[in-house]
Amino acid sequence: MTKSRSFLKHEMVKFILFTILILFLPLAFKGGYLLNVFVFVGIHTLLAVALNLLLGYAGQISLGHAAFFGLGAYASGILTATHGQNPWLAMAVVAAAVGTLAFIIGFPILKLKGHYLAMATLGFGIIVYIAFNEAVELTGGPSGFSGIPNLSLGGVSFDTDFKNYYLIWGMTLVTILLSLNLVNSRIGRGLRAIHDSEVAARVMGVNVRFLKVQIFALSAVISSIAGSLYAHTMTFVSPTSFGFNFSVELVTMVIIGGLGSIYGSFLGAALLTLLPEILRAFQDYDIVVYGLLLIFMTMFMPGGLVRGIPALVGRIVMRSGAGSKADA
Amino acid sequence: MLKKSSFILTFVVSLAILAGSALAAPPIKIGGLFAVTGPASFLGEPERNTAQMVVNEINAAGGVKGRKLELIAYDTQGDATKAVQAANRLIKEDKVVAIIGPSTTGDTMAVIPVVEKAKIPMISCAAGSKITEPVKKWIFKTAQNDGLAVARIYGDLKRKNISKVAILTVSDGFGSSGREQLKAQARAYGIQIVSDDTYGPKDTDMTAQLTKIKGSGAQAVICWGTNPGPAVVSRNAKQLGLKLPLYMSHGVSSKKFIGLAGDAAEGILLPSGRVIVADLLSNSDRQKKSLLAFVKDYQKHYKAEGDHFGGHAWDAIMLLKGAIERGGDNPAAIRDQLERTRGFAGIGGVFSYSPSDHAGLTKDAFVLVEIRKQDFALVK
Repeated sequence: MTKSRSFLKHEMVKFILFTILILFLPLAFKGGYLLNVFVFVGIHTLLAVALNLLLGYAGQISLGHAAFFGLGAYASGILTATHGQNPWLAMAVVAAAVGTLAFIIGFPILKLKGHYLAMATLGFGIIVYIAFNEAVELTGGPSGFSGIPNLSLGGVSFDTDFKNYYLIWGMTLVTILLSLNLVNSRIGRGLRAIHDSEVAARVMGVNVRFLKVQIFALSAVISSIAGSLYAHTMTFVSPTSFGFNFSVELVTMVIIGGLGSIYGSFLGAALLTLLPEILRAFQDYDIVVYGLLLIFMTMFMPGGLVRGIPALVGRIVMRSGAGSKADA
Repeated sequence: MLKKSSFILTFVVSLAILAGSALAAPPIKIGGLFAVTGPASFLGEPERNTAQMVVNEINAAGGVKGRKLELIAYDTQGDATKAVQAANRLIKEDKVVAIIGPSTTGDTMAVIPVVEKAKIPMISCAAGSKITEPVKKWIFKTAQNDGLAVARIYGDLKRKNISKVAILTVSDGFGSSGREQLKAQARAYGIQIVSDDTYGPKDTDMTAQLTKIKGSGAQAVICWGTNPGPAVVSRNAKQLGLKLPLYMSHGVSSKKFIGLAGDAAEGILLPSGRVIVADLLSNSDRQKKSLLAFVKDYQKHYKAEGDHFGGHAWDAIMLLKGAIERGGDNPAAIRDQLERTRGFAGIGGVFSYSPSDHAGLTKDAFVLVEIRKQDFALVK
C-alpha cells in the first residue's frame, strides 16, 4: 500500500512541475511566433496522448488517427459556421458522435492484429480523407472550409495566440491528468496485460475485446476534441491536414517520444512540431536532416526521448565525473 | 541537381552582394510562402525560383529606391497547418512588410485570417476565385480565375456556332472548380452541356467516358485537368476516331503536355496565358516585353522553360516593387498603392486593381492557342 501511495505522490509532483513549466513557458517567447508554434504543440500533444493510450499501452496500432482528428475539425466547423450552433455544444456532440463511430468500427477492426490492423485503420483513414475531398457542398472540397468562429467563454473570445495557448494547454493538461490516472488504474494494468499477451490477459480475467474497443473509442474522442480545438483556432480546415502523412506523423511522435509514456507524448509532439521550424536554416536540405535525425534517434534511443534523454544525461555526468577525477 | 546547384550559386552570389552592401540602408524584407515540396510542388518550385531570381535582379540593378530587397521564403508543403505557422513566423519573427504566395487555394484561405489580423498585404499565387471574392482588404492575387478561361473557350464555341458540348473534368480541386464554372457560364453563351463526366487524377484510360460522349450528340469536348490525365484523353479520343473539336484547360499549357500526348495533341485548342507564345505575339502587345524578359531569364538561371506558375510570382514581386516605389515600405502604404495599380503589363495579363477588384484581370489575360506541328500557335 505505502509503495503505491508514494508512487502516486511521485506522479502528482511530476504533473505539478509540468503544469508550472507550461504555465510560465509563454514568458520565454515574448509574444513571438514560437507562442503560435506551441499552440500547435498543445494540439499535437493531445493527439499523441490519445494515440499513446492505444499504441503505447494497449499495443494496438492505428494508421488512421488523422481521420478522427479531421472528423472532429470538419464537423465542428460545419456545425458552427454553416448551422450557427454553439461551438462548445458542437464540440461535445461531435466528440460523442466520433466516439460512437469508433466504437462501432472498433469491434470488427480490432479483431485484427499487427499488419492487418494497420491496413484496416489505414483504409479507414483514406476513406475519410476522400470524403473530405469529394463532399464539396459540405466540406468545400480540396480548397478547404473557412469562416469558422473562434471559441468564446463568458464574453472572452479566444482570438489571439496567447488566449488560445492557455485554452488548449488547459484542455491538454486535464487530458494528461485523466490519462495518468487511467494508466495507473486497473484498466491501465489491463491494457498493459493485453500489450504483453492477449491470451494471458484473458486468462487473468480481462475482457480483452471490449477493453480494446473502449480504449480505441476513448482515443478517438480525445482526437475529435483536438480536431474541434484546431478548427476554432485556425478558423479554417482543409483535407491536406488530415491525410495519411499526418497519421504517420502522429505514430512517429508517439514512438520518438516514448511508447507507454504520457510525458513522452509531449516530448515527441514538441520535437516533431518544432524541428521543421529549427531546420528551416538548412533551406532545401531540411528534409534530409530531419530524416537523419529521426533515424539516429530511433537507433540510439530505442525507448524514445523520455528514456533516452535521462540515459544520455546520466552517461555525460558519469563521464565528466570520471574525467575530473582523472585530472585530479 | 543542376537546378539545385545553380540555385545555391545565385544564393551565394546574392549573399556576397548583400555582404558588400552591408553598410547601406537595411533591406526591405518580403516574405514568400511556396509549396516547394509535396503534391503542389509543380506550382511552388517555379514560383520560389522565379521570386528569388527577380529579387536578385532588382538588387543587382540597385534595388528599390536605393534599398535592397530581401526574400525570406518558407516551404508550406501544401499543408494548411504548416502554412499558418510559416505565415506567423514571417510576420512576428522576420517582420516582413508584405507576403507573396501561398501557391495553393487551400493554403491561401488558411493564412488569410492571420494576415488580415496582422494588417500585412499579401499577393497570393493561387487561382481560386474565393480568395478575392468577396474582396478582403489586405489580400490580392495574380493567378487568373478559372472562370476567365471558361469564358475564352465558350466565346470561341459561340463564334463557331457550336451549342452542344460534353465536359470531362478531373475529380480534384482544379477540376471541380473548372466544372463549376463550365456549368455556371453555359447559359450566358447559349451552350447546352449534353454530357458531364469526371475521371480520377490517376486514371490511365478514359475510353469509357469518351465512348459515352461519342453517342451523346455533343459537337465539341472540353476536358479540364492537369498533366497527365488530359494527354490520356487526347490519345484515347484519337484511338476511338472521335472527330469532334477537343478543348483543354490552361492546366496543360506547357510543352510537357505536347510531349505526353504526342501526335494526338495535333489540333487541340486551349486557353492559355501568353507566356507559352511570347515570341509569336505582335510587337504591339503590351505584355510582350515582360514575357520575353521572363522567359529568357528563367532559361538562363534554371535551364528550364519558364511557365505561367513562375509567372504568378514574377507578377507579384513586380507589383510589390511598383507599390514600394510609389508609396514607401510601410505595409499600409504598400496595400494602398497595390490597390491603385492600373494597367501593369505582367506575365499573367494586364493588371488593374481597384477597391472592388483584387484579382485585377479580364478574360483578355487568356489567349486561345492551337497545337500545330508539336508547337503552340495563336488562334486569331
